Amino acid sequence: MSILRTALASCLLLVLGGAVLTAATDDFHAFTTETARRLAVQRHPPTVPAVPLETQSGAQLNLADLRGKWLLVDFVYTRCISWCLAQGGEFAQLQDQLAEPLAQGRLLLLSISFDPVYDTPAELAAYQQRFHGRGTGWLAARPRRAGDLQPLLHTFGVTVVPDTLGGFVHNTAIAVVDPQGRLVQILDMGNPEAAAGIMQRNLGP
Amino acid sequence: MTATAWRLAPPVAALLFVALLLPPSRHLLESSMTFQMLVQIPLLIGVGYLLREAVPAPLAAVIARWNQHGVSGLVLASVAGMFWMLPRSLDAAVSLPWMAFAKFASVPLLIGLPLGLGWPQMGFVVRGVFLLELIATFFRLGWLYLVSPLRLCNNYLLDDQQRAGQYMLVIGGVILACVLAKLLWGRFNST
Repeated sequence: MSILRTALASCLLLVLGGAVLTAATDDFHAFTTETARRLAVQRHPPTVPAVPLETQSGAQLNLADLRGKWLLVDFVYTRCISWCLAQGGEFAQLQDQLAEPLAQGRLLLLSISFDPVYDTPAELAAYQQRFHGRGTGWLAARPRRAGDLQPLLHTFGVTVVPDTLGGFVHNTAIAVVDPQGRLVQILDMGNPEAAAGIMQRNLGP
Repeated sequence: MTATAWRLAPPVAALLFVALLLPPSRHLLESSMTFQMLVQIPLLIGVGYLLREAVPAPLAAVIARWNQHGVSGLVLASVAGMFWMLPRSLDAAVSLPWMAFAKFASVPLLIGLPLGLGWPQMGFVVRGVFLLELIATFFRLGWLYLVSPLRLCNNYLLDDQQRAGQYMLVIGGVILACVLAKLLWGRFNST
C-alpha cells in the first residue's frame, strides 16, 4: 500500500509542480527576465510615466508631451564604451531608414540617459555627434528629477548593474511606445532593418 | 555522523539560517550569480537537510508512509530545484522582496527537508538515479552558462555567468569522481 500511496503523492506533486513551473515560465516561453518582460509588455502594454526630461539642446519637455507620435526609446549612458556604442550607431541608422516619418513628426527617436548626473545636455549632444546624428527626429535626454529614474527604468524593464570598471552593464533593447503613450513592444538591438520594417508597418501607409 | 552529533543538527540549522538571512551575508552572496547559485542556495538546502532532525517522530512516520524509498520527496525536491534553476527566479529573488522570502522559505523546506527525510530511505538505485541526474544537471547548466553569449540574468554580469558555468562543470566533475570512488572502493548495504 505504501507503494501506491507514494505513487499517488508523487503524481500529485508532479502535477502541482508542473503547474507552478508552467506559470513561472509563461507556459515555457520565458526562462529569463528579459523574455518575460517582452511577453508581459505585449500582453498588457504599460503606460509610460509622465517624466520631465532635459534634452541635448537644454530644452525641457515631458515624456507625456510626446503622445500623439510613435516613439522608439533606448536607455544609454554616454561614458559607455561597449554596448551603447552599437546603440548610438543603430539610432543614427534608424534616422536614415525612417527619415520620412521622422521628418513628418509622426515618429521620434529618444535616447534616455540613466546616468543623469554625468550626462549633461553638452555630454548628450556630444554623444549624438559621435554617431553623426542627423539632428532631426532624435532626442537624447536625461530625467530632470533623480527620483524619476527608477520608475522609468522599471516601466521599461531596464536593469542597470554597476560593472567592475566604473561603468554600467544594462540590458539593451529598443522600446516601442505607441501614440497613446503605451509601451507596446520591445525589439532587439543589432538589427535596425528589422526595427525599421516593424515601425513602417506600425505607422501604416 | 554519530547520533549525538545529529542532535545538534536543528540548532546548527537555525544558526546557519539566521547567518544567511543577515543583510551583510545576503548582500555578499547575492552580489554574484556564482555565490547565489553555488553557495547561498546549497547552504539553504543544507539548512533544510539538517532540519529533518527537528521533525517529530510521529509526523516523520506519517510522511514515510507516503514516501517509500524517498521517491515522493525526491520528486518534490526536483521540481522545487527546477524552479530555482530558472534564471528568472534568480533574478527575481534579487529584485523582488516577496521572491526573496519565497526563496528563503521554499529552498530549505521544499528541497533540503525532503532530501533529508528521504535520503536514509533511498536504496542504491534511487540514490544512483538522483546522483546521476544531479551530475548531468551540473554539466548541462554549466555548459549552457559557459557558452551563452547572452546574459541570462539582468542582475548579473556575463563574466560572472561564465564563471558560474565553469564552477558547475567542476562541481559536476567532483560529484562524479566521488560517486566513482564510492562505486570502486566503497562499502554498500546490499539493498
